[in-house]
Amino acid sequence: MEMKATREAYGKALIEIGKNEKVVVLDADLSGSTKSADFKKVYPERFFNMGIAESSMVGTAAGMALSGLKPYASSFAVFVTGRAFEPIRQSICYQNLDVVLCGSHSGISVGEDGGSHQSVADIALMRSLPNMKVVVPCDYNEAFLAVKASLEIEGPLYIRTSRAKSPILTSIDDKFELGKAKILKEGSDTAIVACGMMSYIALEAAKLLEKEGISVAVVNSPSIKPLDEETIFTLSKNVSKIFTLEEHSVIGGLGGAVSEFLSENNPVAIHKIGLEDVFGESGTKDDLFCKYGFTKESVAERIKKKLG
Amino acid sequence: MSDIESLEQIAKEVRRDILVMLNKSGSGHSGGSLSVTDILVALYFGKIMNYDPHNPEDEERDRLVLSKGHACPALYAVLSKAGYFERDLLWSLRKLGSPLQGHPDSKKLPGIDAATGSLGNGISQAVGMALAAKVLKKKYKVFCIVGDGEMDEGLVYEALNVAGHYKLSNLIVIVDNNGLQIDGKCSDVMNIYPLKDKFDAFNFKTFEIGGHNYKSLLDTLTTAKRNVLKPSAIIARTVKGMGVSFMANKVEYHGVAPSDDELKRALEELK
Ligand SMILES: Cc1ncc(C[n+]2csc(CCOP(=O)(O)OP(=O)(O)O)c2C)c(N)n1
Ligand SMILES: [Mg+2]
Repeated sequence: MEMKATREAYGKALIEIGKNEKVVVLDADLSGSTKSADFKKVYPERFFNMGIAESSMVGTAAGMALSGLKPYASSFAVFVTGRAFEPIRQSICYQNLDVVLCGSHSGISVGEDGGSHQSVADIALMRSLPNMKVVVPCDYNEAFLAVKASLEIEGPLYIRTSRAKSPILTSIDDKFELGKAKILKEGSDTAIVACGMMSYIALEAAKLLEKEGISVAVVNSPSIKPLDEETIFTLSKNVSKIFTLEEHSVIGGLGGAVSEFLSENNPVAIHKIGLEDVFGESGTKDDLFCKYGFTKESVAERIKKKLG
Repeated sequence: MSDIESLEQIAKEVRRDILVMLNKSGSGHSGGSLSVTDILVALYFGKIMNYDPHNPEDEERDRLVLSKGHACPALYAVLSKAGYFERDLLWSLRKLGSPLQGHPDSKKLPGIDAATGSLGNGISQAVGMALAAKVLKKKYKVFCIVGDGEMDEGLVYEALNVAGHYKLSNLIVIVDNNGLQIDGKCSDVMNIYPLKDKFDAFNFKTFEIGGHNYKSLLDTLTTAKRNVLKPSAIIARTVKGMGVSFMANKVEYHGVAPSDDELKRALEELK
């Protein structure tokens, strides 16, 4: 299976949408890592390095949006959402500005840098802000299409990318639609709703369970806000338990979004698989996925146990 | 051996340890670890800091906050040499379960006075420690090392403002002024100069020295410790990647560990 990192798609897509002269790109001394440097190579006059100053970068992006530009501002997920939270709230979301934030190196798959650099709460932070939309692409293609589509999306948008390469599940000929989830695999006993590179793990776990006679539907839900309520609702009508799977805390992320929606509309049992209210730590991505239960085997095991 | 020669010898061993650690971990920050090495060696082995490796929680100890936390391999190597833990532990850097995290974690390793990694956060904690000493009537000093790229962060200036306002003479801020950050030269990415004027304006007593010159380091740190009216800032001019010719002043080695071949060549130079 072809492997590529979603952060690569950010840089490539920026070059395409850069044809629009309103597009400006800001970074905070991590342009090589977030891949915004790809844009800089083609459109140096519309690229602004803001120094290691995420808060001021985000505030600057707001000012640019107020003046008619379409800013894209990136850093590691942990810094662009956490360090800059207050200007995101006050300047971008409060004024409902057309600013796209991209957080790369998300989750624990960033690995060895450790807990200080791993974002376990970025989805929760961004999702809780009025006007903000949150997209977590599952692979390179979906990330590329989401960034391209973002040019037409109004209001604040947060796109979460990863440092690690992950398998490509979707086609570049697909269409990205905000608020739409996709069924990757049908199933009748239970369902997993996942995002980011966890969608691949969900599929693989479903295959393992299939061998044991458990039929598992897998839904890829890149759009965490707005959530694809229709698809999730229909899914919940067919199974008695739903699992969510994300490289994020079980508090406030995709699992939170699905729980909040279904608890009011069709309260089936929901089991959230993610980080259990803990910070990450240093280690290789694979070691960390093993320890924190993000391998296909551990996900399948968890599901089997819960289904009883 | 003179005192200075013995410090230089220690620094060489520390640099060797840093490179081996980074090579074994396969990732981590070479350039900024090598640039800060002499500053740390002067602090821990030049009779500047008051510390007891057998009593790392001693309330009277001087504090060291490595605000540019990514350079922790240098601090780990120095702490192990100072007797905080066995040298063998160094080789577990960045591996699952190691107390030697990719960025310093005060809960995991004795000798780490503050967890850092997200730039700009260490200096506020150092200011808090310095203020606490005043409240608690303690005599300890707080040393805080910041990167020059880190000086882009607004949080740094908020902290400096507080230090100047409360005349925190027990705070000594040291800038590892290697002139580089990640995306390039500080002067290209985001100009932070003139640094001395800035510190002066924040009501600091400011010194500018060569950050690999032990005589200047020891003299200035000693003078700064005696300061009673203001916080001190030492702008230490350094070379990123110092000690390894092919890493020196190369931005490419900011966040890259030496390969086996590079390690061999580097250790050859540090004989
Ligand atoms: C808040 C924050 N933003 C971004 C980073 C990523 N980062 C790590 S090191 C670095 C460059 C630091 O440059 P400098 O302070 O000059 O350190 P040195 O040259 O001594 O390595 C950056 C941007 C970070 N650790 N924290
Ligand atoms: Mg620097």
